[in-house]
Amino acid sequence: MGVLIPREYGGAGLDALAFAICIEELAQACASTAVIVDVHTSVGTEPILLFGDEEQKKRWLPQLASGELLGAFALTEPASGSDAASLKATARRKGDGYVLNGTKTFITNVGHAGLYVIFASTGPDERAAGVTSFLVPAGSPGLRVGQVFDKMGLNGSPTGELVLEDVEVPAANRLGAEGKGFVVAMRALDSGRIGISGQGLGIAQAAVDEARTLMRDGGHDQGDDFTLADMATRVESARLLAYQAAWLCSRGRPFTRQASMAKLHCTDTAMQVTIDALQIAGEEGARAGSPFGRHMRDAKALQIYEGSNQVQRIVIARELVNAG
Amino acid sequence: MDFEFSAEQVAIRDTIRELVQDRVAPRAAEIDQTGEYPKDIERLFADNGILGIPFPEEYGGISGSSVTICMGIEEIAKACASSSLILAVQALGSYPILVAGSEEQKKRLCPPLASGDRVAAYALSEPGSGSDAAAMKTRATKHGSDYVLNGTKQFITHGSVAGTLVVFAQTDAKEDHRGISAFVLERETSPWKVEKLEHKLGIRGSPTAQIVLEDVKVPAANRLGEEGAGFKIALAVLDRSRPGIGAQALGIAEGAFDYALNYVKERQQFGQPIAAFQGIQFMLADIATQIEASRHLVYRAATKVDSKAPDLTKVAAMAKLFASDMAMRVTTDCVQLLGGYGYISDYPVERMMRDAKITQIYEGTNQIQRVVIARALLR
Repeated sequence: MGVLIPREYGGAGLDALAFAICIEELAQACASTAVIVDVHTSVGTEPILLFGDEEQKKRWLPQLASGELLGAFALTEPASGSDAASLKATARRKGDGYVLNGTKTFITNVGHAGLYVIFASTGPDERAAGVTSFLVPAGSPGLRVGQVFDKMGLNGSPTGELVLEDVEVPAANRLGAEGKGFVVAMRALDSGRIGISGQGLGIAQAAVDEARTLMRDGGHDQGDDFTLADMATRVESARLLAYQAAWLCSRGRPFTRQASMAKLHCTDTAMQVTIDALQIAGEEGARAGSPFGRHMRDAKALQIYEGSNQVQRIVIARELVNAG
Repeated sequence: MDFEFSAEQVAIRDTIRELVQDRVAPRAAEIDQTGEYPKDIERLFADNGILGIPFPEEYGGISGSSVTICMGIEEIAKACASSSLILAVQALGSYPILVAGSEEQKKRLCPPLASGDRVAAYALSEPGSGSDAAAMKTRATKHGSDYVLNGTKQFITHGSVAGTLVVFAQTDAKEDHRGISAFVLERETSPWKVEKLEHKLGIRGSPTAQIVLEDVKVPAANRLGEEGAGFKIALAVLDRSRPGIGAQALGIAEGAFDYALNYVKERQQFGQPIAAFQGIQFMLADIATQIEASRHLVYRAATKVDSKAPDLTKVAAMAKLFASDMAMRVTTDCVQLLGGYGYISDYPVERMMRDAKITQIYEGTNQIQRVVIARALLR
């Protein structure tokens, strides 16, 4: 749970590449487990590593590293998805602290997290410039779980609403300066995308391996051979993109475009490859409980969360068009 | 080439459309969640003549045309893919009788199916015999004026709810495709055992049964065609039913697209409906184009079935292949258009995506369709 957390705070002190490989391995066995750890490690913990003051790091990181606290990230709202800057949750100054109100949705680890990174507006008419981030522990008065969704896949990972009703947060739990929350969110999502890329790779690799086993044991003809070759080639290209983004990130170099490309390509690959693998498995693969069907249902979420693949394309194009 | 449906076909389609939107659409989410066969909808289809569509009037039906069957399946699948199988499998299970039955057999066996008093099913696949249908192990041994059947049939849609089951079995010791014969089992006189029902990724309201035949007696009068004609019958039936799977895929894709199109017009992000973004518009244009192309291929194939065109095998396989691959892509994109809402069960498109997958697999996997098409091209 503490892959990215430095040793001085009780973590493993590893880099983004190690993190990507860790999530890939978990997802190869279980995509639900992978996303629980991924959200905890990247968007749930990294904002504190990157933007927290020394006191916040000392207070929260050891518990996050040991797994005593599970992390979560609360940005999305019912009317504010891809357009994150339009969020409506408010943080009103009250004495030395803030009072938070609003509804967050599609929150991974909801109900199980011990600490939520929550984004709310301290300047309601300023869009991105009015967003501030806060560290809010579970159990804070006024903080409650709303609807937990029935989903197509990732059924081991709870997703749902987080409702904030006059939640009092001390100023010491504000993460970064007022109005800097959008920067925190975007930076967290940049490296979060490396984790999701790893998750896509793990799911895709599991599908390739299971299809391969089936073909080796049950016979195969050239049609299946061609499909398998395309699947494996796509996964290999996706893996290299993901590792490149992680490698750049680990060295402190710009990696926004590469992380978006990795997330886009790894998750589109996971979707395509899991559909192809189920096809090779045939009707047996469409049974409930079959790993082939589970991989396919799990893969779909990856094209949507931590920035839909439409948003990734916008990010990539913006980086390309704006570059010198 | 005619791109227009007849006035009668349009009238049938509009009736089904209205009935489905009123009575089936509101049940679709619940049917998926409970995974229970909607007996009430079977009754609704029987009462409204929908189960009579696969049969000509002389056998108690209202049409017998593949084009009309496809129109019905498409309309139902727009709202509920599980329910569309009630019509699709009625057609599949009855085709062997219509294609290979004697006049006496058609007159005796079809009317209770056409009235919807019974539903039909089709039992070809076995645990060890899927794409390689000729490798089946189920045996039929002649005893006097009866045959005695033994074996296991796998993935039999509606095997648990059907009253009439067409079973393919070996009557010859050589056990290759020339030894297969076709039999009509009636539940009252030739009872079969449902060993288990599968839990599935999609079409969860349509029961898929494993059937065990243990010394099941079938009168020789219920053998379709000659001994050894079964494999030919099985393939001829699949040629005729494949446009129906294409129509089902088409309906699933249209249902998902209707929903997603309305959604993107209403969902506001960055101060405007997301439909105003060119990236979304390109997705909409690609989806609509793929649906339109599939529709023409499906109805072209159905027309060829109705006119018994010499190339119907190839075109039916193309329609099934193209429409089902299209439905998988389109439903995946429709989930994407709804974003997080597309992934949760409060919205219908995730169900449609799960339902779409099976259309690439059953009634001949899409790999088999490619084999069939290539064989026709290289002949």
